[in-house]
Amino acid sequence: MSKYSMHLLVCGGTGCHAAESDAIVCNLRDELEANGLMDSVQVILTGCFGFCEKGPIVKVMPDNTFYVKVKPEDAQSIVAEHVIKGRKVERLLYRDPVTKEAVTDSKNMGFYKKQMRIALRNCGFINPENIDEYIARDGYMALGKVLSEMTPEQVIKLVKDSGQRGRGGGGFSTGLKWELARRSVSDEKYVVCNADEGDPGAFMDRSVLEGDPHSVLEAMAICGYAIGAQNGLIYIRAEYPLAIERLKIAIDQAREYGLLGKDIFGTGFSFDISLRYGAGAFVCGEETALIHSMEGLRGEPTVKPPFPAESGFRNKPTNVNNVETFASIPAIILKGAEWYSSIGTEKSKGTKVFALAGKINNVGLIEVPMGTTLREVIFEIGGGIKNGKKFKGVQTGGPSGGCLTEKHLDTPIDFDNLIAAGSMMGSGAMIVLDEDDCMVSMAKFFLEFTVEESCGKCAPCRIGNKRLHELLGQICDGKGSLADLDRLRNMSLVIKDTSLCGLGQTSPNPVLSMLDNFRDEYVSHVTDRKCPAGQCRSLMEYVVLADNCVGCTACARVCPVNAITGERKEIHYINPDICIKCGACMDKCKFDAIYIR
Amino acid sequence: MSKITTLADLKKKRDEFKNGLELRTKALDPESLVQVKVSMATCGIASGAKTIMEFFLEQLDRRNVAAVVTQTGCMGYCYAEPTIEVKLPGQESVVFGYVDLKRADQIIEKYIKTGELVDGIIPVNYQSIDLNQ
Repeated sequence: MSKYSMHLLVCGGTGCHAAESDAIVCNLRDELEANGLMDSVQVILTGCFGFCEKGPIVKVMPDNTFYVKVKPEDAQSIVAEHVIKGRKVERLLYRDPVTKEAVTDSKNMGFYKKQMRIALRNCGFINPENIDEYIARDGYMALGKVLSEMTPEQVIKLVKDSGQRGRGGGGFSTGLKWELARRSVSDEKYVVCNADEGDPGAFMDRSVLEGDPHSVLEAMAICGYAIGAQNGLIYIRAEYPLAIERLKIAIDQAREYGLLGKDIFGTGFSFDISLRYGAGAFVCGEETALIHSMEGLRGEPTVKPPFPAESGFRNKPTNVNNVETFASIPAIILKGAEWYSSIGTEKSKGTKVFALAGKINNVGLIEVPMGTTLREVIFEIGGGIKNGKKFKGVQTGGPSGGCLTEKHLDTPIDFDNLIAAGSMMGSGAMIVLDEDDCMVSMAKFFLEFTVEESCGKCAPCRIGNKRLHELLGQICDGKGSLADLDRLRNMSLVIKDTSLCGLGQTSPNPVLSMLDNFRDEYVSHVTDRKCPAGQCRSLMEYVVLADNCVGCTACARVCPVNAITGERKEIHYINPDICIKCGACMDKCKFDAIYIR
Repeated sequence: MSKITTLADLKKKRDEFKNGLELRTKALDPESLVQVKVSMATCGIASGAKTIMEFFLEQLDRRNVAAVVTQTGCMGYCYAEPTIEVKLPGQESVVFGYVDLKRADQIIEKYIKTGELVDGIIPVNYQSIDLNQ
């Protein structure tokens, strides 16, 4: 085997994939071929680097050079300049948003400085389609250790002692869950991986599956051994074609090596994994609904108990864990419970992956120790708010969580602190809002999602959320009253208390927290009929500023509904009864003579 | 593909595959390793820098020296090509000129392994500005 002197890692996550990272790989290989360098430089397609904002990313090893926003045609410069001449391609380097200086080594980037990667340890480092690279990173060693040196009880105790809590949102102890499934007596048991990631703005699970699928497979086998199951199922949404593709490759490779299948490591333990596809219903992330969907039934939740640990898939004991939960397990087994529990806060151990989205500079995927503050996440790792705007809030936990504001910025993030602040961890989506976001419209946006995703089985969720959504719509249209705000609150509390499953029990959270934290904004919508953020169309009025108007008639000509009248060289007038508030006149005006009142 | 049937098998496979990833694992903490930079501008390549680079890659590996070998642009000592820069952990880097295979061998055996300086050192008479500071 020839010895490579340089590795070019190209991001192959869905985001970068969409931005032609495949073509980058092809072009890089062509260039290397043309220069006779195929034997000394290797091009590898990896999983997500996390820095999606600046994708596609190409990282050059061993010198850690981090190229951002690479286009297929840049392959030529990278090979000609960096590979052959050893000069970094200045224009493709990441620039520090504050100092504007090029950062040559990714270790010096604010985005990576505060991160600690456990679940994402291999993402962006190995080729997810090559099991050998996973093995080189101690892959399947945890499974080997568990099978040959530990009893199932010892495994469960280790996971319990580590203090890991389920990363899917609920935060239930992983070890305890396994113990309950172990205790159930049955001839058949199932291990299920919940990869039905559905909240808007969340892409943690997808990235783990795309970047390091074997870590999940290995952990599922470990779980199977611990609870006494021989079958594993991954419930994944069909909208994740790349993740599905890589999982299939990973499962095949693991089977070929005998790391899945019969008699693993000659210990007599057998375990195999198959995939089940979901059609993308949010409610199927709830474990009972997920199990029904896998059985071919409607994806509707049922009342717990019985818990899946007693009666789940095909009425057999079933243990359901989230992708990220599984991905951390091999590391916990190899490094020990003490190591894991030394990271994080008192009641929330380890690290958490967050997907940063919305009005933030560094959109992407990060992993930080529990107890990191929101300020560190948003301003240091996330690089602050886009376009220098002012931070207004951050929605954590997707449509089930709440909106945190400036006063929460220094709260250490963990399961309990988020709940105390009126939000929740959820799966880890963080949608950052700036001063231009209207909190009534935001609540309405999330409600719209839940109304659409509610399965309709129980009345509070089906009817209640619909009414909440209507009320918010009225407030946005300037038809609300102060009494409506109380109505919103009361109805929210009833829905929370009486819904059947987690979807309805959490769906009013955005409304409640935004109502609490931004009450002034709600009041101004109903009493002054004003939207302070200038987002609610019905509450806006386009007006001509007489001092600036020169009567050029440009606005009148561009108005699609002829709402603007006025003679040449005279001040124009916008008829509010005809105006549809499209904003075309304001864009057209060269004299800043039109403003929103 | 042969099956992995024991834990010992897996360990063997892991050690075998580790080499393939070494380049990347090393890059995570280059400060703790010996860093060798080979000047590979037109002048360097014309004087045989490529052979020297391959020699370092191969020999450092064979002699079990944990090192990162990278290439760099012209260092300005075109009269003394091939030139290389060697940085031992925690020390200032040293530039060697006129590096042929014999001298390369000396550099590994004497300077890298024992810290003893060998002929061909080019005194660095300039300072580079660091944009990150």
